[in-house]
Amino acid sequence: MNNSRAAILGRISQALGHEAAADAPAVMQRVNDPARGPQPQWSETPRERFLAKLTKVAGTYAEVASDAEIVSAVTDYLAAQTLPPRLVVAPHPLLAGVVWPEDWQVERRRAQGDDRISLAVAFCGIAETGSLVLLSGPDSPTTLNFLPDDFLCLLPESRIVPRMEDAWALLRTERGSLPRATNLITGPSRTADVEQTIQLGAHGPRRLHVLLRAG
Amino acid sequence: MKPTSHAFTDNARRALHDVTLQQALAKAGVGFVDKRRAVVSDLPEFDALRAAGRAIKDHTLANLDHYLLRFEQQVAANGGQVHWADTPEEACAAVLDICNRAGAKLIAKGKSMVGEEIAINDALEAAGLEVVETDLGEYIIQIAHEPPSHIIAPAVHKTRAQIARLFEDLHHQPGLTRPLETVPQIVDEARQILRDKFLSADVGITGANFLIAETGSTVIVTNEGNGDLSATLPRVHIVLASIEKVVPTLEDTSVLLRLLARSATGQEITSYTTFFTGPRRSEDADGPEQFHVVLVDNGRSRMLGGAYHEMLRCIRCGACLNHCPVYSAVGGHAYGWVYPGPMGAVLTPLMVGLDEGRPLPNASTLCGRCEEVCPMSIPLPKLLREHRRQEFERKLAAPRSRWALAAWAFCAQRPQFYRWVMRFGVVLLNKMSSGRGRFRSLPFAQGWTAARDLPAPQGDTFMAQWQRRKHHE
Repeated sequence: MNNSRAAILGRISQALGHEAAADAPAVMQRVNDPARGPQPQWSETPRERFLAKLTKVAGTYAEVASDAEIVSAVTDYLAAQTLPPRLVVAPHPLLAGVVWPEDWQVERRRAQGDDRISLAVAFCGIAETGSLVLLSGPDSPTTLNFLPDDFLCLLPESRIVPRMEDAWALLRTERGSLPRATNLITGPSRTADVEQTIQLGAHGPRRLHVLLRAG
Repeated sequence: MKPTSHAFTDNARRALHDVTLQQALAKAGVGFVDKRRAVVSDLPEFDALRAAGRAIKDHTLANLDHYLLRFEQQVAANGGQVHWADTPEEACAAVLDICNRAGAKLIAKGKSMVGEEIAINDALEAAGLEVVETDLGEYIIQIAHEPPSHIIAPAVHKTRAQIARLFEDLHHQPGLTRPLETVPQIVDEARQILRDKFLSADVGITGANFLIAETGSTVIVTNEGNGDLSATLPRVHIVLASIEKVVPTLEDTSVLLRLLARSATGQEITSYTTFFTGPRRSEDADGPEQFHVVLVDNGRSRMLGGAYHEMLRCIRCGACLNHCPVYSAVGGHAYGWVYPGPMGAVLTPLMVGLDEGRPLPNASTLCGRCEEVCPMSIPLPKLLREHRRQEFERKLAAPRSRWALAAWAFCAQRPQFYRWVMRFGVVLLNKMSSGRGRFRSLPFAQGWTAARDLPAPQGDTFMAQWQRRKHHE
């Protein structure tokens, strides 16, 4: 395999007429000071744009005035979907203070195959496309985003950034590096593999519900 | 898979007479084209993004060795491992080796065109492992024992009724379950069957739409969520990627993502765009313990700097397939290998040899629609012509067509003589048609006249008419 590495790199370097180097000046300049491409423009506020795009991809949302209203927003959702009060919740600081009703079954852990409903917290939202950005980590297990039928996600309004590039900027400032999985999630899971007919809930969540928290 | 590209003419004839296939193609064609048009016209910045995307790819290809090294370094820094494979055999061996070391029995696989290219499923199954395709389209063709017929919609050639029958035959016990009728029923059944596979798989294999040199991340762009489950639940995650997938930064990736989803499915962004960066961290609650990237060359480094260099900009969106009149008429299987349509007609002869793939570049009117819609502005007709030139030079074409071309070239290089021949031909054909203005049949032109009349020349040659008009002015 090492021979192949040398052979492949050797052919490339020969075609390009230079010596391969991971720290070549052209490369270092580009990765150290990443330039943005053309930025799509629009006239709505980030919040308006985010909600319009989220709705367009069959995502739903509820507005939550404060952390104290999270329980009632989830209660409303469960009632609307006639779901039992059994949740898997991300062990996230923003959800740590939530006092769930005593007769609910709420577990803070990663998701398993038969979990029906999950609740996680987005790192940020992207207005351009109505996407949620979730970063894997102890406070945000990736399985919560994909295994349950109903995926609920808390997003503080102040965390809506205009474009994908703004999410990268935020990520570099606040985290420094990428976690194992960075998920850009835009609406529920879907497929068009049977006669090009769009069907929601292929392998991931059938429904995506955003709890948009003020502030 | 064993290519049958040499038999394109027969394959195409069969496809044109396949009623079910024609129904499926008719349903698919316009959908892709209309959706793309709508979403592209919604974005005034599309042309600027297209120019920027092309510039990113050109820059990366001009520094490809640097960026690959940088990518490898970053993968290692995050606790992952890069494996280099020159040939399909080496790539399969690398994957098999990782699976064996992990003691794997069941492999959950996300969609990967490089996986098709190196025939990874055959290699793993030959070694006694079970591989399950988890993308719905890929699952359908896997149980039908067929190759994909489209690079982003692999089962586009199948009708709902055919899929329902496949599922019933494989999943149902006779008389116990009710037949499948609707799309939701079919999708739900696949969801249930494949859910168990995700949960019990030892290794997950995914492809990659991009590799990011800055961060050492691999990116997948999907709608179903199967790629993410394949990459999250099993103990080991293997990424199959070809070397031209590398891009410098997250910002560069953002430009290409805006182009990819719009060109492919007519979406602004797919449901899931995921960046994988190494294996699970010590404090993580889920994710694989191992993260491997198998970098596949398979002829690509030889394309660099050569006549087909620009093909390396391809991001595999499938827009050229969707807009191709030939692909739309015969579907993907007629092309006889992994990549169909215009991009396939360029790549196949390069990967399986011009002897085998020779008919593909010729099965084109060079109408140019593919180049028009290509988000990377790849001059596909020019590259198809280059294959034809090579074919002529290497004397691969049938003697009759070579002689005809040589005769035409002889005339075309002698304008006076060319005009004289044309004038003679026009008069001769006009006389032969005896004033009917068309031919029902004509020697050496049955290919045309079998299906329609050939118009006979009327009056004089273009040059003669032009001269006369100039004279009048």
